[in-house]
Amino acid sequence: MMDTANLSTLLETLCPMFVMVDGEGKILNAGPTLQKLRPDQPMKGRAFPDLFELVRPRTITTIPALLSLAGGKVHLKFHDEPRTALKGLIAPLPDGNGAIINLSFGISILDAVRDYALTSADFSGTDLAIELLYLVEAKSAAMEASRSLNLRLQGAMLAAEEQAVTDMLTGLKNRRAMDLVLGHLISGGSAFALMHLDLDYFKSVNDRLGHAAGDFVLQQAARIMEEETRNEDTVARIGGDEFVIIFKSLVDEAVLSDIAARLIKRLRQPMMFQGAPCQVSASVGTALSTQFNTPDAAELLNAADQALYEAKRQGRSRHCLYSSLGEAGIKTASSH
Amino acid sequence: MHGLINRAIQSFVCATYGQSCWLRVTEAAGLGFTEFEAMLIYEDSMTTRVLDALSADLNRPQSEILEDLGTYLVSHPNMEGLRRLLRFGGVTYVEFLHSLDDLSDRARLAVSDLRLPILELCEVSPAEYQLHCFPGLPGYASVMVGVLRAVADDYGALAMLSHEGQQGDVEVITIVLVESAFAEGRHFDLGARGT
Repeated sequence: MMDTANLSTLLETLCPMFVMVDGEGKILNAGPTLQKLRPDQPMKGRAFPDLFELVRPRTITTIPALLSLAGGKVHLKFHDEPRTALKGLIAPLPDGNGAIINLSFGISILDAVRDYALTSADFSGTDLAIELLYLVEAKSAAMEASRSLNLRLQGAMLAAEEQAVTDMLTGLKNRRAMDLVLGHLISGGSAFALMHLDLDYFKSVNDRLGHAAGDFVLQQAARIMEEETRNEDTVARIGGDEFVIIFKSLVDEAVLSDIAARLIKRLRQPMMFQGAPCQVSASVGTALSTQFNTPDAAELLNAADQALYEAKRQGRSRHCLYSSLGEAGIKTASSH
Repeated sequence: MHGLINRAIQSFVCATYGQSCWLRVTEAAGLGFTEFEAMLIYEDSMTTRVLDALSADLNRPQSEILEDLGTYLVSHPNMEGLRRLLRFGGVTYVEFLHSLDDLSDRARLAVSDLRLPILELCEVSPAEYQLHCFPGLPGYASVMVGVLRAVADDYGALAMLSHEGQQGDVEVITIVLVESAFAEGRHFDLGARGT
Protein backbone atom coordinates (compact mmCIF):
# COMPACT_ATOMS: atom_id res chain seq x y z
CA MET A 1 0.00 0.00 0.00
CA MET A 2 1.18 3.49 -0.85
CA ASP A 3 2.35 5.56 2.15
CA THR A 4 0.81 8.92 2.91
CA ALA A 5 3.80 10.88 1.56
CA ASN A 6 3.53 9.26 -1.85
CA LEU A 7 -0.22 9.67 -1.78
CA SER A 8 0.14 13.37 -1.03
CA THR A 9 2.46 13.85 -4.01
CA LEU A 10 -0.07 12.16 -6.24
CA LEU A 11 -2.94 14.22 -4.87
CA GLU A 12 -1.07 17.51 -5.31
CA THR A 13 -1.24 16.90 -9.08
CA LEU A 14 -4.69 15.37 -9.30
CA CYS A 15 -6.63 17.46 -6.80
CA PRO A 16 -4.67 20.49 -5.65
CA MET A 17 -7.35 21.38 -3.11
CA PHE A 18 -7.25 18.19 -1.06
CA VAL A 19 -6.85 17.96 2.73
CA MET A 20 -5.51 14.84 4.37
CA VAL A 21 -6.55 14.49 8.01
CA ASP A 22 -5.79 11.87 10.64
CA GLY A 23 -8.38 10.16 12.86
CA GLU A 24 -8.44 13.15 15.23
CA GLY A 25 -9.02 15.66 12.45
CA LYS A 26 -5.49 17.03 12.43
CA ILE A 27 -4.39 18.17 8.98
CA LEU A 28 -1.52 16.01 7.75
CA ASN A 29 -1.20 17.71 4.41
CA ALA A 30 -3.05 20.22 2.21
CA GLY A 31 -2.97 20.73 -1.54
CA PRO A 32 -1.07 23.74 -2.94
CA THR A 33 -4.14 25.59 -4.21
CA LEU A 34 -5.98 25.18 -0.91
CA GLN A 35 -2.91 26.41 0.97
CA LYS A 36 -2.74 29.40 -1.45
CA LEU A 37 -6.10 30.56 -0.05
CA ARG A 38 -4.47 31.15 3.35
CA PRO A 39 -0.84 31.90 2.49
CA ASP A 40 0.01 33.16 6.01
CA GLN A 41 -1.47 30.20 7.88
CA PRO A 42 0.28 26.89 7.21
CA MET A 43 -2.53 24.33 7.31
CA LYS A 44 -0.32 21.36 8.07
CA GLY A 45 -0.63 20.47 11.76
CA ARG A 46 -3.80 22.54 12.36
CA ALA A 47 -7.07 20.99 13.45
CA PHE A 48 -9.52 20.77 10.54
CA PRO A 49 -12.46 22.25 12.52
CA ASP A 50 -10.29 25.25 13.52
CA LEU A 51 -9.99 26.30 9.88
CA PHE A 52 -13.33 25.26 8.44
CA GLU A 53 -16.90 25.55 9.60
CA LEU A 54 -19.18 22.69 8.60
CA VAL A 55 -22.27 24.25 7.03
CA ARG A 56 -23.98 21.03 5.89
CA PRO A 57 -24.89 18.37 6.93
CA ARG A 58 -25.82 20.14 10.15
CA THR A 59 -26.30 16.94 12.14
CA ILE A 60 -22.56 16.18 12.08
CA THR A 61 -20.77 17.64 15.11
CA THR A 62 -17.83 15.34 15.77
CA ILE A 63 -14.74 14.43 13.78
CA PRO A 64 -15.38 10.66 13.77
CA ALA A 65 -18.89 11.27 12.48
CA LEU A 66 -17.52 13.56 9.75
CA LEU A 67 -14.83 11.08 8.71
CA SER A 68 -17.32 8.24 8.58
CA LEU A 69 -19.26 10.01 5.82
CA ALA A 70 -17.52 7.92 3.16
CA GLY A 71 -18.38 9.30 -0.28
CA GLY A 72 -20.51 11.93 1.40
CA LYS A 73 -20.69 15.53 0.28
CA VAL A 74 -20.06 18.33 2.75
CA HIS A 75 -20.40 22.11 2.54
CA LEU A 76 -17.79 24.14 4.36
CA LYS A 77 -16.80 27.73 4.96
CA PHE A 78 -13.62 29.32 6.21
CA HIS A 79 -13.95 30.63 9.75
CA ASP A 80 -12.13 33.86 8.89
CA GLU A 81 -12.55 36.35 6.04
CA PRO A 82 -12.94 35.94 3.14
CA ARG A 83 -15.43 33.28 4.16
CA THR A 84 -15.25 31.41 0.86
CA ALA A 85 -17.72 28.56 0.55
CA LEU A 86 -16.27 25.18 -0.38
CA LYS A 87 -17.72 21.84 -1.37
CA GLY A 88 -15.98 18.68 -0.22
CA LEU A 89 -16.02 14.98 -0.84
CA ILE A 90 -14.78 12.65 1.90
CA ALA A 91 -12.86 9.46 1.20
CA PRO A 92 -11.59 7.53 4.26
CA LEU A 93 -7.96 6.42 4.09
CA PRO A 94 -7.51 2.69 3.40
CA ASP A 95 -6.06 1.95 6.83
CA GLY A 96 -9.19 3.32 8.44
CA ASN A 97 -7.29 6.07 10.19
CA GLY A 98 -8.19 9.49 8.84
CA ALA A 99 -9.49 10.60 5.44
CA ILE A 100 -8.89 12.60 2.30
CA ILE A 101 -11.28 15.49 1.84
CA ASN A 102 -11.20 16.81 -1.69
CA LEU A 103 -12.40 20.42 -1.77
CA SER A 104 -13.69 22.54 -4.64
CA PHE A 105 -15.15 26.01 -5.01
CA GLY A 106 -18.44 25.12 -6.59
CA ILE A 107 -20.31 28.25 -7.52
CA SER A 108 -18.07 30.47 -5.34
CA ILE A 109 -15.35 30.12 -7.98
CA LEU A 110 -16.20 33.47 -9.57
CA ASP A 111 -15.39 35.35 -6.36
CA ALA A 112 -12.54 33.02 -5.44
CA VAL A 113 -10.45 33.65 -8.57
CA ARG A 114 -10.71 37.36 -7.84
CA ASP A 115 -10.24 37.21 -4.07
CA TYR A 116 -7.19 34.94 -4.27
CA ALA A 117 -5.78 35.96 -7.68
CA LEU A 118 -5.90 32.35 -8.87
CA THR A 119 -4.48 31.40 -12.27
CA SER A 120 -5.06 28.40 -14.52
CA ALA A 121 -1.99 26.78 -12.94
CA ASP A 122 -3.94 26.55 -9.66
CA PHE A 123 -6.47 24.17 -11.15
CA SER A 124 -5.84 20.63 -12.23
CA GLY A 125 -5.68 20.13 -15.98
CA THR A 126 -9.04 18.36 -16.09
CA ASP A 127 -10.85 20.80 -13.80
CA LEU A 128 -13.60 22.61 -15.69
CA ALA A 129 -12.99 25.80 -13.70
CA ILE A 130 -11.34 27.66 -16.59
CA GLU A 131 -14.07 26.59 -18.98
CA LEU A 132 -16.66 27.77 -16.47
CA LEU A 133 -14.99 31.16 -16.15
CA TYR A 134 -14.74 31.39 -19.94
CA LEU A 135 -18.40 30.56 -20.27
CA VAL A 136 -19.47 33.12 -17.68
CA GLU A 137 -17.58 35.88 -19.47
CA ALA A 138 -18.69 34.81 -22.92
CA LYS A 139 -22.31 34.49 -21.86
CA SER A 140 -22.24 37.83 -20.04
CA ALA A 141 -20.89 39.53 -23.15
CA ALA A 142 -23.51 37.85 -25.35
CA MET A 143 -26.25 38.71 -22.86
CA GLU A 144 -25.13 42.33 -22.76
CA ALA A 145 -25.30 42.51 -26.57
CA SER A 146 -28.80 41.01 -26.48
CA ARG A 147 -29.87 43.34 -23.73
CA SER A 148 -28.75 46.42 -25.61
CA LEU A 149 -30.60 45.17 -28.69
CA ASN A 150 -33.72 44.65 -26.59
CA LEU A 151 -33.46 48.19 -25.23
CA ARG A 152 -33.16 49.65 -28.72
CA LEU A 153 -36.05 47.54 -29.98
CA GLN A 154 -38.17 48.63 -27.04
CA GLY A 155 -37.33 52.27 -27.79
CA ALA A 156 -38.27 51.76 -31.44
CA MET A 157 -41.50 50.04 -30.42
CA LEU A 158 -42.49 52.89 -28.10
CA ALA A 159 -41.72 55.42 -30.83
CA ALA A 160 -43.81 53.42 -33.32
CA GLU A 161 -46.68 53.17 -30.85
CA GLU A 162 -46.46 56.90 -30.19
CA GLN A 163 -46.46 57.62 -33.93
CA ALA A 164 -49.48 55.41 -34.42
CA VAL A 165 -51.56 57.64 -32.15
CA THR A 166 -49.98 61.00 -33.00
CA ASP A 167 -50.86 63.54 -35.66
CA MET A 168 -47.40 64.20 -37.06
CA LEU A 169 -48.09 67.79 -38.19
CA THR A 170 -49.35 69.15 -34.89
CA GLY A 171 -48.10 66.62 -32.34
CA LEU A 172 -51.70 66.24 -31.13
CA LYS A 173 -53.39 62.85 -30.84
CA ASN A 174 -54.94 61.49 -34.02
CA ARG A 175 -58.38 60.07 -34.74
CA ARG A 176 -57.28 56.57 -33.73
CA ALA A 177 -56.08 57.83 -30.36
CA MET A 178 -59.35 59.70 -29.85
CA ASP A 179 -61.32 56.51 -30.56
CA LEU A 180 -59.19 54.66 -28.00
CA VAL A 181 -59.67 57.32 -25.33
CA LEU A 182 -63.42 57.49 -25.97
CA GLY A 183 -63.66 53.71 -25.79
CA HIS A 184 -61.81 53.66 -22.46
CA LEU A 185 -63.91 56.41 -20.90
CA ILE A 186 -67.18 54.87 -22.02
CA SER A 187 -66.34 51.33 -20.94
CA GLY A 188 -65.07 52.71 -17.62
CA GLY A 189 -68.34 54.56 -17.12
CA SER A 190 -66.54 57.91 -16.61
CA ALA A 191 -68.29 61.23 -17.04
CA PHE A 192 -66.71 63.50 -19.63
CA ALA A 193 -67.38 66.26 -22.14
CA LEU A 194 -66.67 66.08 -25.84
CA MET A 195 -65.95 69.33 -27.64
CA HIS A 196 -65.90 69.40 -31.42
CA LEU A 197 -63.98 72.39 -32.80
CA ASP A 198 -63.78 73.47 -36.41
CA LEU A 199 -61.50 76.25 -37.70
CA ASP A 200 -63.46 78.83 -39.69
CA TYR A 201 -61.92 80.38 -42.81
CA PHE A 202 -59.05 77.89 -42.74
CA LYS A 203 -59.57 77.02 -46.40
CA SER A 204 -59.19 80.64 -47.38
CA VAL A 205 -55.82 80.89 -45.56
CA ASN A 206 -54.68 77.78 -47.40
CA ASP A 207 -55.86 79.12 -50.74
CA ARG A 208 -54.46 82.63 -50.31
CA LEU A 209 -51.15 81.95 -48.54
CA GLY A 210 -50.37 78.34 -49.41
CA HIS A 211 -50.09 75.07 -47.55
CA ALA A 212 -47.09 76.17 -45.49
CA ALA A 213 -49.24 78.93 -44.00
CA GLY A 214 -52.07 76.46 -43.48
CA ASP A 215 -49.75 74.06 -41.67
CA PHE A 216 -48.48 76.92 -39.54
CA VAL A 217 -52.03 77.87 -38.55
CA LEU A 218 -52.84 74.28 -37.61
CA GLN A 219 -49.73 74.10 -35.44
CA GLN A 220 -50.53 77.38 -33.71
CA ALA A 221 -54.13 76.30 -33.15
CA ALA A 222 -52.92 73.01 -31.69
CA ARG A 223 -50.63 74.86 -29.31
CA ILE A 224 -53.46 77.12 -28.15
CA MET A 225 -55.78 74.16 -27.53
CA GLU A 226 -53.11 72.39 -25.51
CA GLU A 227 -52.47 75.52 -23.47
CA GLU A 228 -56.15 76.02 -22.72
CA THR A 229 -56.73 72.44 -21.56
CA ARG A 230 -55.45 70.27 -18.73
CA ASN A 231 -52.89 67.50 -19.10
CA GLU A 232 -55.52 64.85 -18.52
CA ASP A 233 -57.66 66.18 -21.36
CA THR A 234 -57.23 64.74 -24.84
CA VAL A 235 -56.78 67.08 -27.80
CA ALA A 236 -57.00 65.32 -31.15
CA ARG A 237 -56.92 66.46 -34.75
CA ILE A 238 -59.42 64.26 -36.51
CA GLY A 239 -59.57 65.89 -39.94
CA GLY A 240 -58.03 68.73 -41.97
CA ASP A 241 -59.19 71.58 -39.72
CA GLU A 242 -61.33 69.59 -37.30
CA PHE A 243 -60.39 68.98 -33.68
CA VAL A 244 -61.94 67.09 -30.79
CA ILE A 245 -61.20 67.83 -27.16
CA ILE A 246 -62.22 65.31 -24.52
CA PHE A 247 -62.50 66.72 -20.98
CA LYS A 248 -62.21 63.93 -18.47
CA SER A 249 -64.52 64.22 -15.41
CA LEU A 250 -65.66 67.67 -16.50
CA VAL A 251 -69.38 68.01 -17.23
CA ASP A 252 -70.03 71.53 -15.93
CA GLU A 253 -71.48 73.43 -18.90
CA ALA A 254 -70.57 76.84 -17.47
CA VAL A 255 -66.91 75.88 -17.14
CA LEU A 256 -66.92 74.29 -20.58
CA SER A 257 -68.50 77.41 -22.08
CA ASP A 258 -65.74 79.52 -20.50
CA ILE A 259 -63.09 77.29 -21.99
CA ALA A 260 -64.77 77.43 -25.40
CA ALA A 261 -64.98 81.20 -25.22
CA ARG A 262 -61.27 81.48 -24.36
CA LEU A 263 -60.36 79.13 -27.23
CA ILE A 264 -62.44 81.13 -29.72
CA LYS A 265 -60.99 84.41 -28.49
CA ARG A 266 -57.42 83.24 -28.83
CA LEU A 267 -57.93 81.48 -32.16
CA ARG A 268 -59.39 84.70 -33.63
CA GLN A 269 -56.16 86.60 -33.00
CA PRO A 270 -54.37 86.93 -36.35
CA MET A 271 -51.36 84.58 -36.59
CA MET A 272 -48.37 86.07 -38.38
CA PHE A 273 -46.80 83.79 -40.97
CA GLN A 274 -43.78 85.25 -42.77
CA GLY A 275 -45.10 88.75 -42.26
CA ALA A 276 -48.61 87.92 -43.50
CA PRO A 277 -51.52 87.83 -41.05
CA CYS A 278 -53.53 84.60 -41.12
CA GLN A 279 -57.04 85.18 -39.83
CA VAL A 280 -59.11 82.23 -38.73
CA SER A 281 -61.67 81.67 -36.05
CA ALA A 282 -63.42 78.69 -34.51
CA SER A 283 -66.87 77.23 -34.12
CA VAL A 284 -67.37 74.85 -31.22
CA GLY A 285 -70.03 72.34 -30.23
CA THR A 286 -70.05 70.49 -26.91
CA ALA A 287 -71.89 67.38 -25.72
CA LEU A 288 -71.73 65.60 -22.35
CA SER A 289 -71.55 61.86 -21.74
CA THR A 290 -74.08 62.39 -18.95
CA GLN A 291 -76.67 63.48 -21.51
CA PHE A 292 -77.03 59.85 -22.58
CA ASN A 293 -78.23 56.87 -20.61
CA THR A 294 -75.81 54.52 -22.34
CA PRO A 295 -73.40 56.77 -24.19
CA ASP A 296 -71.59 55.45 -27.22
CA ALA A 297 -68.82 57.11 -29.17
CA ALA A 298 -70.65 57.64 -32.45
CA GLU A 299 -73.68 59.05 -30.68
CA LEU A 300 -71.62 61.52 -28.66
CA LEU A 301 -69.61 62.63 -31.66
CA ASN A 302 -72.83 63.12 -33.56
CA ALA A 303 -74.29 65.18 -30.71
CA ALA A 304 -71.22 67.44 -30.54
CA ASP A 305 -71.33 67.70 -34.31
CA GLN A 306 -74.95 68.90 -34.22
CA ALA A 307 -74.02 71.54 -31.66
CA LEU A 308 -71.09 72.58 -33.85
CA TYR A 309 -73.39 72.83 -36.86
CA GLU A 310 -75.71 75.05 -34.89
CA ALA A 311 -72.75 77.28 -33.86
CA LYS A 312 -71.79 77.65 -37.51
CA ARG A 313 -75.39 78.36 -38.45
CA GLN A 314 -75.55 81.13 -35.89
CA GLY A 315 -72.68 82.92 -37.62
CA ARG A 316 -69.44 81.16 -36.59
CA SER A 317 -66.96 82.12 -33.86
CA ARG A 318 -69.47 80.69 -31.44
CA HIS A 319 -69.90 77.91 -28.97
CA CYS A 320 -73.08 75.89 -28.82
CA LEU A 321 -74.12 73.31 -26.23
CA TYR A 322 -75.90 70.17 -27.32
CA SER A 323 -78.26 70.65 -24.38
CA SER A 324 -79.46 73.95 -25.89
CA LEU A 325 -80.49 72.38 -29.16
CA GLY A 326 -83.74 70.97 -27.78
CA GLU A 327 -84.93 74.49 -26.96
CA ALA A 328 -84.14 75.59 -30.50
CA GLY A 329 -86.15 72.62 -31.71
CA ILE A 330 -83.56 71.03 -33.92
CA LYS A 331 -82.42 68.24 -31.63
CA THR A 332 -83.74 65.65 -34.03
CA ALA A 333 -81.78 67.06 -36.96
CA SER A 334 -79.31 64.25 -36.63
CA SER A 335 -78.60 63.97 -40.34
CA HIS A 336 -75.59 66.25 -40.00
CA MET B 1 -23.83 36.52 -41.67
CA HIS B 2 -23.96 36.82 -37.92
CA GLY B 3 -24.45 40.35 -36.62
CA LEU B 4 -21.45 39.94 -34.30
CA ILE B 5 -19.18 39.66 -37.34
CA ASN B 6 -20.79 42.63 -39.09
CA ARG B 7 -20.69 44.60 -35.87
CA ALA B 8 -16.97 43.78 -35.48
CA ILE B 9 -16.32 45.19 -38.96
CA GLN B 10 -18.34 48.31 -38.14
CA SER B 11 -16.53 48.81 -34.85
CA PHE B 12 -13.14 48.35 -36.55
CA VAL B 13 -13.92 50.83 -39.33
CA CYS B 14 -15.29 53.47 -36.96
CA ALA B 15 -12.36 53.16 -34.52
CA THR B 16 -9.69 53.06 -37.23
CA TYR B 17 -10.97 55.23 -40.08
CA GLY B 18 -13.68 57.26 -38.40
CA GLN B 19 -17.45 57.45 -38.45
CA SER B 20 -17.51 59.38 -41.75
CA CYS B 21 -15.69 56.52 -43.51
CA TRP B 22 -18.24 54.05 -42.14
CA LEU B 23 -21.13 56.19 -43.36
CA ARG B 24 -19.58 56.40 -46.86
CA VAL B 25 -19.09 52.63 -46.89
CA THR B 26 -22.64 51.78 -45.80
CA GLU B 27 -23.94 54.24 -48.39
CA ALA B 28 -21.79 52.77 -51.16
CA ALA B 29 -22.78 49.24 -50.12
CA GLY B 30 -26.44 50.25 -50.29
CA LEU B 31 -27.27 48.82 -46.87
CA GLY B 32 -30.13 51.20 -46.20
CA PHE B 33 -29.00 51.52 -42.57
CA THR B 34 -25.81 52.42 -40.77
CA GLU B 35 -25.81 50.30 -37.62
CA PHE B 36 -25.47 46.54 -37.51
CA GLU B 37 -27.06 44.83 -34.52
CA ALA B 38 -24.74 42.31 -32.88
CA MET B 39 -27.49 39.82 -32.14
CA LEU B 40 -29.32 39.72 -35.47
CA ILE B 41 -28.51 37.72 -38.58
CA TYR B 42 -27.94 39.50 -41.90
CA GLU B 43 -27.67 38.34 -45.50
CA ASP B 44 -24.13 37.28 -46.41
CA SER B 45 -24.15 39.60 -49.42
CA MET B 46 -24.38 42.63 -47.12
CA THR B 47 -21.03 41.78 -45.55
CA THR B 48 -19.48 41.20 -48.96
CA ARG B 49 -20.76 44.56 -50.21
CA VAL B 50 -19.47 46.35 -47.11
CA LEU B 51 -15.99 44.81 -47.47
CA ASP B 52 -15.90 45.59 -51.21
CA ALA B 53 -16.95 49.18 -50.55
CA LEU B 54 -14.39 49.52 -47.77
CA SER B 55 -11.61 48.18 -49.97
CA ALA B 56 -12.57 50.65 -52.70
CA ASP B 57 -12.87 53.56 -50.27
CA LEU B 58 -9.47 52.91 -48.69
CA ASN B 59 -7.91 51.80 -51.97
CA ARG B 60 -6.32 48.83 -50.18
CA PRO B 61 -6.56 45.09 -50.85
CA GLN B 62 -9.20 43.34 -48.76
CA SER B 63 -6.75 40.83 -47.27
CA GLU B 64 -4.69 43.67 -45.74
CA ILE B 65 -7.77 45.30 -44.27
CA LEU B 66 -8.95 41.98 -42.81
CA GLU B 67 -5.54 41.41 -41.18
CA ASP B 68 -5.86 44.81 -39.55
CA LEU B 69 -9.35 43.85 -38.42
CA GLY B 70 -7.87 40.75 -36.77
CA THR B 71 -5.29 42.85 -34.96
CA TYR B 72 -7.98 45.29 -33.87
CA LEU B 73 -10.10 42.48 -32.40
CA VAL B 74 -7.32 41.55 -30.00
CA SER B 75 -5.47 44.75 -29.28
CA HIS B 76 -8.03 47.56 -29.21
CA PRO B 77 -9.40 48.60 -25.81
CA ASN B 78 -12.94 48.39 -27.29
CA MET B 79 -12.38 44.66 -27.65
CA GLU B 80 -10.95 43.85 -24.22
CA GLY B 81 -13.71 41.29 -23.62
CA LEU B 82 -12.76 39.35 -26.73
CA ARG B 83 -9.05 39.46 -25.86
CA ARG B 84 -9.88 37.95 -22.48
CA LEU B 85 -11.97 35.20 -24.04
CA LEU B 86 -9.06 34.31 -26.34
CA ARG B 87 -6.59 34.33 -23.45
CA PHE B 88 -8.69 31.68 -21.72
CA GLY B 89 -7.27 29.42 -24.44
CA GLY B 90 -3.97 28.88 -22.69
CA VAL B 91 -1.25 30.05 -20.35
CA THR B 92 1.36 30.29 -23.11
CA TYR B 93 1.24 31.24 -26.78
CA VAL B 94 1.82 27.63 -27.82
CA GLU B 95 -1.03 26.47 -25.58
CA PHE B 96 -3.16 29.18 -27.15
CA LEU B 97 -2.26 27.93 -30.64
CA HIS B 98 -3.38 24.44 -29.66
CA SER B 99 -6.63 25.81 -28.28
CA LEU B 100 -7.52 27.13 -31.74
CA ASP B 101 -8.78 23.64 -32.63
CA ASP B 102 -11.62 24.34 -30.16
CA LEU B 103 -12.23 27.96 -31.16
CA SER B 104 -15.23 27.21 -33.34
CA ASP B 105 -16.84 25.12 -30.56
CA ARG B 106 -16.02 27.71 -27.94
CA ALA B 107 -17.63 30.44 -30.03
CA ARG B 108 -20.75 28.30 -30.41
CA LEU B 109 -20.82 27.63 -26.69
CA ALA B 110 -21.05 31.38 -26.12
CA VAL B 111 -23.40 32.29 -28.98
CA SER B 112 -25.19 29.23 -30.27
CA ASP B 113 -25.86 30.54 -33.79
CA LEU B 114 -22.35 31.88 -34.38
CA ARG B 115 -20.65 29.47 -36.78
CA LEU B 116 -16.94 30.01 -37.30
CA PRO B 117 -14.91 27.85 -39.69
CA ILE B 118 -12.98 24.92 -38.26
CA LEU B 119 -9.30 25.52 -37.52
CA GLU B 120 -6.70 22.79 -37.24
CA LEU B 121 -3.20 23.25 -35.87
CA CYS B 122 -0.41 21.03 -37.18
CA GLU B 123 2.90 21.01 -35.36
CA VAL B 124 5.75 20.94 -37.87
CA SER B 125 8.35 21.35 -35.14
CA PRO B 126 8.21 22.81 -31.62
CA ALA B 127 9.01 26.16 -33.23
CA GLU B 128 6.92 25.89 -36.38
CA TYR B 129 3.20 25.37 -36.78
CA GLN B 130 0.72 25.39 -39.59
CA LEU B 131 -2.83 26.52 -39.05
CA HIS B 132 -5.37 25.13 -41.50
CA CYS B 133 -8.46 27.29 -41.94
CA PHE B 134 -11.38 25.35 -43.35
CA PRO B 135 -13.88 27.05 -45.66
CA GLY B 136 -17.09 28.72 -44.52
CA LEU B 137 -16.20 32.36 -44.04
CA PRO B 138 -14.34 34.10 -46.88
CA GLY B 139 -11.43 36.14 -45.56
CA TYR B 140 -11.34 34.33 -42.21
CA ALA B 141 -7.71 33.25 -42.73
CA SER B 142 -6.66 36.86 -43.27
CA VAL B 143 -8.43 37.91 -40.06
CA MET B 144 -6.72 35.02 -38.24
CA VAL B 145 -3.28 36.23 -39.38
CA GLY B 146 -3.98 39.55 -37.68
CA VAL B 147 -5.41 37.83 -34.61
CA LEU B 148 -2.43 35.47 -34.25
CA ARG B 149 0.05 38.32 -34.62
CA ALA B 150 -1.70 40.43 -31.99
CA VAL B 151 -2.14 37.52 -29.57
CA ALA B 152 1.60 36.78 -29.89
CA ASP B 153 2.25 40.34 -28.73
CA ASP B 154 -0.27 39.86 -25.96
CA TYR B 155 1.63 36.82 -24.65
CA GLY B 156 4.98 38.52 -25.22
CA ALA B 157 5.98 35.91 -27.81
CA LEU B 158 7.92 36.73 -30.97
CA ALA B 159 6.36 34.95 -33.93
CA MET B 160 6.60 35.28 -37.70
CA LEU B 161 3.39 34.73 -39.56
CA SER B 162 2.72 34.17 -43.20
CA HIS B 163 -0.44 33.53 -45.09
CA GLU B 164 0.47 30.76 -47.51
CA GLY B 165 -2.81 30.92 -49.39
CA GLN B 166 -5.09 28.14 -50.56
CA GLN B 167 -3.86 24.53 -50.41
CA GLY B 168 -6.61 22.24 -51.56
CA ASP B 169 -9.64 22.78 -49.35
CA VAL B 170 -7.91 24.83 -46.71
CA GLU B 171 -6.07 28.11 -46.39
CA VAL B 172 -2.76 27.73 -44.62
CA ILE B 173 -1.06 30.07 -42.18
CA THR B 174 2.50 29.34 -41.11
CA ILE B 175 3.58 30.38 -37.62
CA VAL B 176 7.29 30.37 -36.81
CA LEU B 177 7.98 30.88 -33.14
CA VAL B 178 11.22 32.79 -32.77
CA GLU B 179 11.03 33.30 -29.04
CA SER B 180 8.15 32.23 -26.82
CA ALA B 181 9.02 34.64 -24.03
CA PHE B 182 10.40 37.57 -25.99
CA ALA B 183 8.79 40.34 -24.02
CA GLU B 184 6.72 40.81 -20.89
CA GLY B 185 3.34 40.45 -22.61
CA ARG B 186 0.08 41.82 -21.28
CA HIS B 187 -1.30 40.75 -17.95
CA PHE B 188 -4.19 38.33 -17.83
CA ASP B 189 -6.04 38.21 -14.53
CA LEU B 190 -8.59 35.38 -14.38
CA GLY B 191 -10.72 37.18 -11.86
CA ALA B 192 -10.91 40.52 -13.66
CA ARG B 193 -14.20 39.74 -15.37
CA GLY B 194 -16.40 42.52 -16.60
CA THR B 195 -13.72 45.21 -16.52
